[in-house]
Amino acid sequence: MPIFKNPNFDFLKWRWPAVGLSLLVIVAGAVAVAMQGGLELGIDFSGGTAVFVEFDDPVTEDAVRDAISGIAEESVVQQFGPAEANQLLIRLPQSGPEEGASLEEGANALREALLQSSVGGFNVIKQELVGPVIGDVLLRRGYSAFGFAMAGILIYIGLRFRFSFAVGAIIAVAHDVLVTLAMLTFFGYELSLNVVAAMLTITGYSVNDSIVVFDRVRENLRKMRRDNFATLVNTSINQTLTRTIITSGTTLFTVMALFVFGGEVMEGFAFTMIVGVISGTYSTVFIAAAAAIVISERRAARRSLTTGAQTPATSKPKRRSKKGRARARA
Amino acid sequence: MAKNLRWKLLLIVGVVVAGVFAVTPPEDRIRLGLDLRGGVHLVLQVETDDALQVETETLAEQVGEQASVNGITLTSAAAVSSTEMRIEGVPPDRDQEFRDLADELLQATYDRESGAGGTYTYRMRPGIERSLREESVRQALQTIERRVNELGVAEPIVAPYGAANDQILVQLPGVDNPASAKEIIRSTGLLEIKLVQEGPAPSRETLLQTRSGVVPPDTEVVFGPTGPVSATEYYLVRRVAAVSGRDLRNAGPTIDEYNQPAISFSFNREGARKFGSFTGANVGRLLAVIMDNRVYSAATIQERISAEGRITGNFTQQEAMDLALILRSGALPASLTYLEERTVGPSLGADSIRAGFIASVAGLVAVALFMLSYYRLSGINAVVAVALNLLIMLACMAYVGAVLTLPGIAGFILTIGMGVDSNVLIFERIKEELATARGVRAAVSAGFDRVFLTIVDTHVASLIAAMFLFQFGSGPIKGFATTLFFGLISNVFTAVFVSRTMFEVVLSRRREAVLSI
Repeated sequence: MPIFKNPNFDFLKWRWPAVGLSLLVIVAGAVAVAMQGGLELGIDFSGGTAVFVEFDDPVTEDAVRDAISGIAEESVVQQFGPAEANQLLIRLPQSGPEEGASLEEGANALREALLQSSVGGFNVIKQELVGPVIGDVLLRRGYSAFGFAMAGILIYIGLRFRFSFAVGAIIAVAHDVLVTLAMLTFFGYELSLNVVAAMLTITGYSVNDSIVVFDRVRENLRKMRRDNFATLVNTSINQTLTRTIITSGTTLFTVMALFVFGGEVMEGFAFTMIVGVISGTYSTVFIAAAAAIVISERRAARRSLTTGAQTPATSKPKRRSKKGRARARA
Repeated sequence: MAKNLRWKLLLIVGVVVAGVFAVTPPEDRIRLGLDLRGGVHLVLQVETDDALQVETETLAEQVGEQASVNGITLTSAAAVSSTEMRIEGVPPDRDQEFRDLADELLQATYDRESGAGGTYTYRMRPGIERSLREESVRQALQTIERRVNELGVAEPIVAPYGAANDQILVQLPGVDNPASAKEIIRSTGLLEIKLVQEGPAPSRETLLQTRSGVVPPDTEVVFGPTGPVSATEYYLVRRVAAVSGRDLRNAGPTIDEYNQPAISFSFNREGARKFGSFTGANVGRLLAVIMDNRVYSAATIQERISAEGRITGNFTQQEAMDLALILRSGALPASLTYLEERTVGPSLGADSIRAGFIASVAGLVAVALFMLSYYRLSGINAVVAVALNLLIMLACMAYVGAVLTLPGIAGFILTIGMGVDSNVLIFERIKEELATARGVRAAVSAGFDRVFLTIVDTHVASLIAAMFLFQFGSGPIKGFATTLFFGLISNVFTAVFVSRTMFEVVLSRRREAVLSI
């Protein structure tokens, strides 16, 4: 039961509408982010206090809010995990950067307030206190990890394939990251260390997908020299389409399992992966190759302008294919 | 069976046996991260400025003392910052003499920056500053290590941390109420015994009444609950300590004459000599036992004491034990501030493990069912490869002692889904090759050969991402990067080598080969 029997879709015809759709999502995401005043940072990056409390008896979020109202101006109280578990997450903002303000002050005040109140017995099951210094460091490290990973992959693909492919892959990755950020904002997930880890994994995944197509393009460049480059890329996408679909399918199975069964802590990670896998597959088919084609054609056009005449054929297949392309377009 | 096929099979069986051996029993072999087993994760900043400040203050004081011993009167000699001291009012006629004696004390570690009008500024040399900072972090690290070891926590981690290496990471598995552990780690633990000049008095004002509110030079005001009813009392004491924690040999909890918990301590040889001559010279006067700038007890010196002493106060049994521990482990060279604290209760960790396990099994079953239904018998090949992939991954982690964290479990689950990609790539290629009407053996062999480079490329790209994730990640994220890393490496082995060998074994048994794919 093959998924496609000799698929031959004209993906390139759809590349501009696809780019439009992606831009729409990304711009909407940017607007949403701007409206809430920046990305929603989790405690890992913003710093502050998060206390996960398990209550002996069912309590309402409002009762807890009342109990701790004296501690901080902006506290967040929300349910954590299934309702019957009686677990609440209470978040307090950074207690202020003033020198000497001790990290645990907020958490201690919180315990005290809960003890004084009538919410009943409770047990702190998890507590995270992140100072402003660490938050900044973690955020900066997140950016560095991203920057360096992107640069490393760019260089590797540039060496193994050609420059335009590397740029195409990176554009696809940037696309996936932006779409994922937009979706995280739409669905109200905050940026945590886990989410950043998921996004880096998506980077690897998306590049993988692109590489499989590029590899096929490289192989076809040797076999189908006479074809127009765009046609050749389209054929390559079609030839690898079954694999692309199956792989994103199996990966989706597993991240869905993680989303459903993995518990509250991994939910953000799993959600990011789900969005990333879908976006990664989409960008491989519609964005990466299209970008590579546009860049290749630009470069080829510039080259034929500067050299004036066509360069004499060399024995290298890579060169010849470029020349062939220029001829086909002429 | 061909000879080299037998070797391949033998190698695979060897890897499986080694893998199983490495992970049994799993609860002992796989180290769990704090987020799974519960515990405390702390990041502390060593305020290295403190150590520099002490150094500069001590030397400035020494310069002042030396000058007065030699009959040179200075207006002041004091530290103006942690690395800078200023000496004012050197009489013009004694200028050269002062320079000589100051140089003798400071030349090795400080640079003289100016000397106009009898005012000198000395600044610590950058090299000395750096090594002092490093030294104070190293000392803090050792002190904390000693304290953590005395706490009796199994498998604690105390390690340098942060880009500047002036932070310390402390991980205490299994500790779920960190308040007392945190207090013990952070206490400076500086014990000082100082001569009392005035006091006790109920307030600062009454203490300084006879001196019209001015604290005389070389003295300072300290306070603490020394009285029987634990009211705060104020003392004016000499700034320079007669003996300090550095002179201690040992400390332990004890009981005082009123049956109250107390701390006894004994001096080392140097400390005993100093304390002996100090108490001998000041019989009848009051001395104060001060720890971290808080007076714990004050007592009249009855006679010359040298070997040991005792700190009494309103301690509980636990406090006495904790303080003795802090004294035993030595003083911190600088104060510490907490930058980060994460505590996970053991029940939450157990829940996470259960959830991760269920998700893994669900993911594996879904992927296996799909592969079997889509690729039929060849699907078995892929499922075996994935299972082996997971085994090797776990074995590698057990072997290098890597820590499994909750995101690490996610990496495990992802490896199931993404690892099967290599099999899909190969199978799809074999199908294509079969379509061009070649023989089955040729198709299989061409399928593996053609796809091999693609697999290398995709894996290298993913490894680059995993490497940077490891490099810049912290704690749990490092765990994720580790699982991802081992998953990728072992995937190349299982999806290419093992899977191919399985095909070859199947095909070598039949004359007219057909492939269920």
